[in-house]
Amino acid sequence: MSTSKKWFTLAAALALTVTATVPSHASDVTLLNVSYDPTRELYQEFNASFAKYWKKKSGDDITVKQSHGGSGKQARAVIDGLEADVVTLALAYDIDEIHSKAKLIPENWQKRLPHNSSPYTSTIVFLVRKGNPKGIRDWSDLVKPGVQVITPNPKTSGGARWNYLAAWAYALKQKGGSEASAKEFVTRLFKNVPVLDSGARGSTTTFVQRGIGDVLLAWENEAFLAVNELGKDKFEIVVPSLSILAEPPVTVVDKVVDRHGTRKVAEEYLKYLYTPEGQELAARHYYRPIDKKVAARYAKTFTKVKLITIDEVFGGWQKAQKTHFADAGVFDQIYAPSK
Amino acid sequence: MQTDKTLDRNVAGRTAGRGLTEPAPVRWGLTIVALLFLGLFLFVPLASVFAQALEKGWGAYLEAIREPDALSSVRLTLIAAAVSVPLNLLFGVAAAWGIAKFDFPGKSILITLIDLPFSVSPVISGLIYVLMFGLQGWLGPWLDSHNIKIIFAVPGIILATIFVTFPFVARELIPLMQAQGKEEEEAALVLGANGLQTFLRVTLPNIRWGILYGVILCNARAMGEFGAVSVVSGHIRGATNTIPLHVEILYNEYNYVAAFAVASLLALLALVTLAAKSLVEWRMRGEPM
Repeated sequence: MSTSKKWFTLAAALALTVTATVPSHASDVTLLNVSYDPTRELYQEFNASFAKYWKKKSGDDITVKQSHGGSGKQARAVIDGLEADVVTLALAYDIDEIHSKAKLIPENWQKRLPHNSSPYTSTIVFLVRKGNPKGIRDWSDLVKPGVQVITPNPKTSGGARWNYLAAWAYALKQKGGSEASAKEFVTRLFKNVPVLDSGARGSTTTFVQRGIGDVLLAWENEAFLAVNELGKDKFEIVVPSLSILAEPPVTVVDKVVDRHGTRKVAEEYLKYLYTPEGQELAARHYYRPIDKKVAARYAKTFTKVKLITIDEVFGGWQKAQKTHFADAGVFDQIYAPSK
Repeated sequence: MQTDKTLDRNVAGRTAGRGLTEPAPVRWGLTIVALLFLGLFLFVPLASVFAQALEKGWGAYLEAIREPDALSSVRLTLIAAAVSVPLNLLFGVAAAWGIAKFDFPGKSILITLIDLPFSVSPVISGLIYVLMFGLQGWLGPWLDSHNIKIIFAVPGIILATIFVTFPFVARELIPLMQAQGKEEEEAALVLGANGLQTFLRVTLPNIRWGILYGVILCNARAMGEFGAVSVVSGHIRGATNTIPLHVEILYNEYNYVAAFAVASLLALLALVTLAAKSLVEWRMRGEPM
């Protein structure tokens, strides 16, 4: 007994020492920003910049903690009680859910900040392997036999829903395009998808790290990041003839900020996204800025592409979600996991 | 029933060495196959974890481990293990004692229940807690109105860890205690010892190495658990990420050196566990049971 007792004491002591010696962040205010997958690098830098700004303005120290994951999954976590002061998700529908399922925010949340509460926009592009061996130039090349397409799961990932809708819109806008032809096109496209990850970052890892697939349907910013982080000699970006204007919106979570007493700083945090500094950071992380001056400076980075919006083609997110991604919706009808 | 079988297997394993009659080439062949397999599926990946972690030198390695979010994940993992292991130790000894030394109705149901966490997918065990304690769950509104946080906070992580590590100590002790029988305890009682004395002076010394063995396995799983903890964590950097979750985050951020550096901590834990386990096994064999 005595030997094992010593062991236990030792282990307990060790645990205590480590617990005691790790310093906790000393700060006046903490915010939790629950975001989607590809914004990790953006908010890492943005949070540091905001902390400096806030210190100067109010004298308070602020720590912004981050949580990232597939947009739908993150919304679900907030609904289930993850205490986010602000959410910065991939699409409006996921934030709508936070209103309709948990009543944590008012229904008109998207009217509270300019540009549909979307301080930056993005679009969907293709990432292919260097030299583009399969000759992929446009959406129509994705349905060719023998082309493997990587995209995350539209059920859990915001980016994946934009991917899906962009493909649908492309087919719809072709000569003689109809709902039926679009459905057929997207069905063929998903026949070429060997694996569905739950979030955008998982798909990027599947494509660049595990080397699966010929083309990755990705957020523009995610594609840029993969190229710059993992080598310009390995991948290139292909911009299709038509894509979708993706508006990733932001909002404070009213019930949470009122309980934490963080409403003022949370609102300032989101407004800071709209300032020239915030816009500059967004652009530097390959999000399309809405500020005209910043956009002009980065005009070279972002290829001009014909962008359709979800409102004009799909009648808004509520309708698109119901038709395409709800249980037994179009996506469930067309997607059968490849055996 | 099942426990008897496990016991038979143990006994068979221990006596097999004596009756070995296979010719030398067969023995050597089998050994080499086993070693090759081990090398390919164990040592190569293990070595590659450390190789990747040290790809940019010791400086980058230490920096990755000393980073505040990494330290916070280490701290959380240690807290989760420090709470769940002693609790499961208490429960495991109590359950094993009851099951091995006494007869009562519903005993087999209890044994099955103890095994439940082994047969349920960890993701499901995490979701159970979300369904119970989540804002939309059974207890959610009450917890919320009293401002008690369980999931997406440390208590949820501890609960999930306790659940998945539940069977380790009990499962280790039940066959051992059943094999020992209850003669010694009966003798103690006849000689006038009370229940507590019997437990402390007769039962406990007999099972101490079994306990330690169970604790080691329990601890390894507690620190390494991913699935269940992932569901209830909320993935807040520097707050609710355990080591395995932090590794995933770093990996997803293309930060491979840091990811493998932190992963190497878990690998080291595995090696220490292995060594401790061998030591305990060796002591268990040496002890008269």
